[in-house]
Amino acid sequence: MARPLSGARLRAAALTLPLLAFVAVTFMAPLGSMLVRSFYEPHVADALPQTLESLRAWDGSSVPDENTFRILATELRLLDQQRKLGGVATRINRLEGGMRSAIMDTARALRDAEPDSWREAMTAADPAWGTEEAWRAVRRAGERYTMRHYLNALDLDRDPSGNIVAQSPERRIYLPLLLRTLGVSLAITVICLILGYPVAYLIANASPGRSNLLLLLVLVPFWTSLLVRTTSWIVLLQNQGVVNDLLVAVGVIGDDGRLALVYNMVGTLVAMTQVLLPFMILPLYAVMRSISPTYLRAASSLGATFPQGFVRVYWPQSLPGVAAGSLLVFILSIGYYITPALVGGRTGQLISNMIAYHMQESLNWGLAAALGVILLVTVMSLYLVYNRLVGIERMRLS
Amino acid sequence: MADTGTETHVEFRGVSKTYDGRTMVVRDLDLSVRKGEFFTLLGPSGSGKTTCLMMLAGFEVPTAGEISIDGRPVQNIPPRKRGIGVVFQNYALFPHMTVRRNLAFPLEVRGVPADQQSERIQRVLEIVRLEGFEGRRPSELSGGQQQRVAIARALVFEPNLVLMDEPLGALDRRLREEMQFEIRRIQQDLGVTVVYVTHDQQEAMSMSSRVAVFHHGRVQQVAEPEVLYEEPEREFVAGFIGDNNIFRGRITSVGRGICEVETPDGIVKAFPVGECRPGQDAVLAIRPERVGLAKPGLFSNEFEARVDGILFIGDHLRLRLNLCGNSDFIVKIPNIVGHGALLTGDRVSVGWAVTDCRALPLDGLEESPEAELGA
Repeated sequence: MARPLSGARLRAAALTLPLLAFVAVTFMAPLGSMLVRSFYEPHVADALPQTLESLRAWDGSSVPDENTFRILATELRLLDQQRKLGGVATRINRLEGGMRSAIMDTARALRDAEPDSWREAMTAADPAWGTEEAWRAVRRAGERYTMRHYLNALDLDRDPSGNIVAQSPERRIYLPLLLRTLGVSLAITVICLILGYPVAYLIANASPGRSNLLLLLVLVPFWTSLLVRTTSWIVLLQNQGVVNDLLVAVGVIGDDGRLALVYNMVGTLVAMTQVLLPFMILPLYAVMRSISPTYLRAASSLGATFPQGFVRVYWPQSLPGVAAGSLLVFILSIGYYITPALVGGRTGQLISNMIAYHMQESLNWGLAAALGVILLVTVMSLYLVYNRLVGIERMRLS
Repeated sequence: MADTGTETHVEFRGVSKTYDGRTMVVRDLDLSVRKGEFFTLLGPSGSGKTTCLMMLAGFEVPTAGEISIDGRPVQNIPPRKRGIGVVFQNYALFPHMTVRRNLAFPLEVRGVPADQQSERIQRVLEIVRLEGFEGRRPSELSGGQQQRVAIARALVFEPNLVLMDEPLGALDRRLREEMQFEIRRIQQDLGVTVVYVTHDQQEAMSMSSRVAVFHHGRVQQVAEPEVLYEEPEREFVAGFIGDNNIFRGRITSVGRGICEVETPDGIVKAFPVGECRPGQDAVLAIRPERVGLAKPGLFSNEFEARVDGILFIGDHLRLRLNLCGNSDFIVKIPNIVGHGALLTGDRVSVGWAVTDCRALPLDGLEESPEAELGA
């Protein structure tokens, strides 16, 4: 718009400032900080500046010289006094197992020592210092800007000469998990569409009274706490739960053949489908309500059977709702956390559970951030592909 | 006029319809539409005309009675097998299809071979004068063009009966008049029977072979437009079709082709319609253009009244009088007296011929829409 902002319009725009500030503080800033964490890790670099400086000239083919040992020992002792050693040790440990105890033990052993040979004293405290791997781990942990979280998150690693190689198959965790997450999300989307479409059609074409009632039935679970809904599924699906009891009572399965319906992938699929179903039904309903029933009448007056009219006249017009609902359910389920955490057991976990694990248990925020970025990029690129195929402008949420 | 046969095409016999079991939307309807006729169902909204059309198309089921097409009852025939072209109120063109695909739809579902399809589509586009628009989507067409596509789609599978539900309601006045001619022309060229629903009496009068006037779910009168205008048989028809001065009185005597009715301003001599008996109350109707300024001996009805208002139209003047108990008695006089010759407050003498004033029996209470079902 070429017109300069008038006072009134400026004032109107100013009304959105609280929201903008809120979004900036509570969303953009944490998001940005997490993104930065995925590649920026200054902790070790700040803690061991001189060691890293000294290691810069090291060729990595043999153990570094005595001077480097001395500098590291001095810096470790200093960190120990400042009680900052633990964090540094943990970070280095992530790159090379056993380094945490090596560092902690060494610092303790050298606490008041002034040995002639720092190399011998340190190797004596922990033999790891006599290997190149330990020093490489220190050097890599000291990289201020690093790709290693991303490599880690994509199941890649660096070999000793620094080339990027794939992890051995049994150590691959994240890519299979990401693929599983995408597969599960797709399955949930399809199930939601199959279950939700007829419901939305029914609501959109029922008499006003009945349509309100049906809509209420869709919305009541939507208003119920997510935790309550998810835990109810545990009650229903567990080994001694309602569903198994019913099947045993009817005689479909024997008492010793109870089905494992929860704490696995089945639990995740069932509970997430139920939780996300309203997100499919509501956009579908919104679009279907705008499709006049006259179209189907017109189709039948023109000689079409109901299936013909439905497939060729109704379905194409409902596609914007299908697109909106599917996109919504798919994106929501890709990042879903609570439900798989509660009912997924070991096999029903999704990528977000792994991110939460690294945030809360292993405290490897860099890796969690890298996984988060990969998830974000995946969703964004799927959205772009989807936009290309379906056209977001054709999509309607209400 | 296309040759309107005497063969019956559509027949309603004792048809009633109620949605809620209490209010009758259509009551005990008998109608017959002849082959090749342009038959209009005319009435105000809520009078049951669209319901009749939807029952004929098969979208609604009559609560009682029978509808037959070509002598065969159609109760058990679904809409798609009735072979009736329907033009819906808002056209119901499929928005995601081009004009060509819209027109091909009825042919495809009927399994018409592809080469015949394009031939028929071409022909029907010529009929509605819309060649060259095949690739457009409905949203890229004007209202009138959409209307033509809707008509083309209802004709493309060559039905001999076409139903139209207020098809011109969404168009502006000029376009509406143009389309009235178009629809009439197409109907006459093809010789199809059209059952047309409208609430616009002018539209009904100008297009139809015959008109059925609906009120409160009942047909008040079925007749040619001229007959409806000249010889209304019910109070509602007299009031609904064109302008009419309506007033009431009590019949004092009935003769052959003449009756005398007592009104506040004296005895009016009128033409009795239907069952008129002395002592009965009657409704009198006289058209404004049939009332003239009286010259002695010219009219058998002559009254003097004060002019309450004058509306100058141009070629004529509309005088508003308080006459015979009707305070809004309109007289339309040709502008030969000149503007200013008459003033508000003048007393004028007006009169009319016996045959122009119709005495109609009162519409009974049975017309109330709340009448009980099966009473």
